[in-house]
Amino acid sequence: MSAPAGLSRPSAPRALARVRRREAVRRFAREYARNRAGVAGLAALLAIGALALAAPLLVDQNELTVTGAPGAAYQPPGAEYPLGTDNFGRSILDLVVWGSRVSLTVGFLATGVSVVLGTLVGMTAGHFGASGGSAGRFVSSALMRVTDWFLVLPTLVLAVALAAVLPRGTGTIVLAIGLTVWPATARLVRAQTLAVEARPYVERARALGGGHAHVMVWHVLPNVMPVVLAQTTLLVATSIIAESTLAFLGVGDPTTVSWGGVLEAARNAGAISSGIWWYMVPPGLAVAVVALSFTLCGRALESVINPRLREQR
Amino acid sequence: MTSTAARPTAAGRARSVARYAAGRLATAAASLAAVVVAGFFLFRILPGDPVRAMTEGREVTAEQREELRRQFGLDRPLWQQFLDYVTGLLRMDLGTSFQYREPVADLILERIGPTVLLAGTGTLLAALLGLFLGARAGWRPGGPGDRVNTAVALFFWSVPTFWLGLLLIVLLASGRGFMPGLFPTGGMTAPGTTGPVSTVLDTAWHMVLPVTTMVAVIYAQYLMIMRSSLMDEKGADYLTTARAKGLRDALVRRRHAVPNALLPTVTLLFLNLGQVVSGVILVETVFSWPGLGQLFYSGLRVPDLGLVQGLFVVFAASVILMNLLADLVYPLLDPRVRP
Repeated sequence: MSAPAGLSRPSAPRALARVRRREAVRRFAREYARNRAGVAGLAALLAIGALALAAPLLVDQNELTVTGAPGAAYQPPGAEYPLGTDNFGRSILDLVVWGSRVSLTVGFLATGVSVVLGTLVGMTAGHFGASGGSAGRFVSSALMRVTDWFLVLPTLVLAVALAAVLPRGTGTIVLAIGLTVWPATARLVRAQTLAVEARPYVERARALGGGHAHVMVWHVLPNVMPVVLAQTTLLVATSIIAESTLAFLGVGDPTTVSWGGVLEAARNAGAISSGIWWYMVPPGLAVAVVALSFTLCGRALESVINPRLREQR
Repeated sequence: MTSTAARPTAAGRARSVARYAAGRLATAAASLAAVVVAGFFLFRILPGDPVRAMTEGREVTAEQREELRRQFGLDRPLWQQFLDYVTGLLRMDLGTSFQYREPVADLILERIGPTVLLAGTGTLLAALLGLFLGARAGWRPGGPGDRVNTAVALFFWSVPTFWLGLLLIVLLASGRGFMPGLFPTGGMTAPGTTGPVSTVLDTAWHMVLPVTTMVAVIYAQYLMIMRSSLMDEKGADYLTTARAKGLRDALVRRRHAVPNALLPTVTLLFLNLGQVVSGVILVETVFSWPGLGQLFYSGLRVPDLGLVQGLFVVFAASVILMNLLADLVYPLLDPRVRP
């Protein structure tokens, strides 16, 4: 080997990898753009995200308190209050815009908790079940038993019980949702881990002396991530619906404005049976639109990642 | 699995069936035990002692708190409390409700009927609708019928259950705006209804909106399951044979594909019961339906943790038992997985 070639070589594979990665991203974007529903979902999410970030500029926080309410009670939608006012005279539009912050935050954080937990459990179970000897198989089957147990339990009952017992607050809601929705991720990750571990390159890594941690972090995790990404997007939708449900049942954080909290207030104020539709339609519609957008994005990601699904659709 | 090479004797098969059933029973028993333990520690060990949670936001003296603690046996060592709780469960004693001053088990027994009626009707209709539409959608995936069905199902799946119920009340029951109040806003029967016939009719009348809400939210998963199950079945050889016989397309679907595609959906139907429980809690809360879900909600509002704990155990246990039932019945339906 001549010296110049040896010098240039270390940079060449890296440059090649960079080019390939850029190509892969471009291909991914192209495939995703072909899914019209996914693009619509993504656009809606970007718009809602921007609105949530800009909320402090658009909404006067003082007017969100009961004492600082600007209008009269139960004003129907009109020029001054595009979506009407609630029983305290607060603008429903302001409440819904502000509520997006809590809903999105809780949705993302709870999904984060469940994805980390699910990936950890699923990968551990998959890896040690495939290559951990008898002790590994025991750990793996024990983990899957726990997962199945959580999977069978009625999610809402467990989440509500957790939220009712722990001190009130946003952290509690995040924890209650995160601890109840992870098992589906764990099952998915385990299946994917088993598929990856059966491939020859993992055997090669192991033969070269790669330990459990090395194989899991460098070889299994990157191949599990795409599937997890699609699942994560779907989980955000579930988490946001769960957040509004917990708030509606009265175990949410009473100090913040959230979509579910507005709906609970509407019901407690008797606005439902007296037919004050503008009090309850906007927040629920907001939940539905955000959840649907995340679901559409998740399905689009899924079909890009898993070509088998694409052919079927 | 039986192999043709070494056909097992009848006694051998009976033994393997027994082993399969025993395994499932053991798993279910372990799950039940875990639920019992979780039910106890969830409501006791987690931060914030139950008495403080019960009396949150109310003026309570230290003596009153001590009194409550004694009344619920919370002043005794934890292991003794646990022992009492487990022996109580074995005697069908789920503790006492703080709010109603009545045994939780009695409260549950009083209210289980309306819940079973509502959840049963809702699940049955949702399953029928979902399986019917799913079979249509899965037979021609990507076709216009499939697209519309999937889109509608996705939308209903994204809508929060309770909001759909609230919307139906505002639209069809409140009597405000352009729609007359067609249906009652809540409850199971109107006060003053007498006679068996009018009670049944009135109950059915009160059930329309709650059942519609439940069906709308849970039929989507049945649709999706049936759709993918039928899509898996589509390439099967026996369908080619059926077509080669000259059967019409609809007949091939109805008589040949659907019965086989139905089998895998059975287990999934039972697995989704947890979601039915979630649905029924919300629907009962929204429509003030006098069942277990509303009881759960009233326990949350106080909060009456004894009641919530009892209901947690009952809900979880019933879902586990239904799953066990599915595991035991499935091999009877599908000979391919017979042990």
